Amino acid sequence: MTDFPRAFADALLSTVLDVAPIVAILLLFQLFVLRRKPPNLRRIAAGSVLVLVGLALFLIGLENALFPIGKTMARQLTAPETIGAARLADGVDWHDYLLVYAFAAAIGFATTVAEPSLIAVAIKARDASGGAVHAWGLRLAVAVGVAVGVALGCLRIVTGTPLPWYIIGSYVVVILLTFRAGRTIVPLAYDSGGVTTSTVTVPVVAALGLGLAASVPGRSPLIDGFGLIAFASVFPIVSVLGYAIVASWLSRRRKSKLPEEA
Amino acid sequence: MTRFLFAMLQLTVNALRDLAPVILVIAFFQIVVLRQPFPDLLNVLIGLLCVIVGLTLFIQGLESGLFPLGEALAQGFAQKGSVTILLAFAFCLGFGTTVAEPALIAVAAEAADVAAEAGAIVDDDRARTAYALELRMVVAVSVGAALVLGVLRILKGWPIHRLIIVGYLLVTAMTVFAPAEIVGVAYDSGGVTTSTITVPLVTALGVGLATSIRGRNPMVDGFGLIAFASLTPMICVLAYGMVVS
Repeated sequence: MTDFPRAFADALLSTVLDVAPIVAILLLFQLFVLRRKPPNLRRIAAGSVLVLVGLALFLIGLENALFPIGKTMARQLTAPETIGAARLADGVDWHDYLLVYAFAAAIGFATTVAEPSLIAVAIKARDASGGAVHAWGLRLAVAVGVAVGVALGCLRIVTGTPLPWYIIGSYVVVILLTFRAGRTIVPLAYDSGGVTTSTVTVPVVAALGLGLAASVPGRSPLIDGFGLIAFASVFPIVSVLGYAIVASWLSRRRKSKLPEEA
Repeated sequence: MTRFLFAMLQLTVNALRDLAPVILVIAFFQIVVLRQPFPDLLNVLIGLLCVIVGLTLFIQGLESGLFPLGEALAQGFAQKGSVTILLAFAFCLGFGTTVAEPALIAVAAEAADVAAEAGAIVDDDRARTAYALELRMVVAVSVGAALVLGVLRILKGWPIHRLIIVGYLLVTAMTVFAPAEIVGVAYDSGGVTTSTITVPLVTALGVGLATSIRGRNPMVDGFGLIAFASLTPMICVLAYGMVVS
């Protein structure tokens, strides 16, 4: 980190390059199609610069501080030495890797809470629902979903069971819950599947999957390393729908109890 | 000025709270489970400072920049009244933000390795590069198509769960017929397409559209664009795998 200014400039440049296509499209439609200056143009421009600088700082900090430790940790925890040679002597058993599942769940939860795009969607949901959806509650529900998903995904890599069983099985659960949940929460729940896997979660979770697939005997990182992201995108839908169903059930119960007490 | 500083302080406290779980988890596993000291503690602390300041600025910029921008666009298009132009914009936004997405580039390159290993394509650099590029194009076009479908849904007020369930059925059916080695890549491709800048912009656009069209509810109709953008790539990558083999 001695080379901080240069590292920052690099990160800023790559962030700017990433958003260049978006800026080009926005400008094109703004100048040639809409032809009307949006209100508060200066404020929007200043805000966009803040977003870019903030994201660049965020990424450079992650890459210097958290990612190296997170990735090394994923490698060390999945290494046969940590699991113990004695345990692996009689072949791979799913319960040899309990520590890995615990780490997977904890890191899945923690990185999701810090995910900037989820924060954005949670703020938007709170505003659009007039405060009925709690931003913090939504984020916790999504994070629990990712935690369960990533831990199950690791279990799948260890056992080598086919990925489609899990994903299609959770689709069935999503469809069933969709018909039980309130109409207003369903689109938001579906969206929360896509937003969880972004800047913070993907690199750490991908490293975990690759490390695990490389170290478990009989698994190939090329074939079995994929799939954790899919787990992390489906399970939040289940957990958000579940959270909504439980929340509305609780509030109904509270309402029906009130008259009795009065 | 004091109000601005106070607001920034509030955001910084929030950012600290957002990051606390990651710090705790990593510290716990490093110290208690792996029993190792932190390598380069100073660097880690400086990095954490960057992350906290960065997240604070990002959230501040979100509320004053990206959200109003998405809403202004939605209003502009609603007033313009041309469905064709709005759909063209949706396609460009989906395609343009996805085609250069670093996470997608990485996954496409890995997928090419998998395909070469499995013998689906010739195992040389040219075939791999071509495969990775085609895959990226397939995903980018499918995200463009997803936003078109999603915007159309907002305009027409279609219930989202029917479309998504049809999508799930398609994924399930295609999984049976697609070559096994592409399935993992396809399932993952849905998650990698939605980047940190795209999500707030697209969400604001959807909610903005639903707000400015009469008879639409921002919660029921405004959300859902991201859901389409993470489902269609799976379908298109599975289809691509079936065509290539």
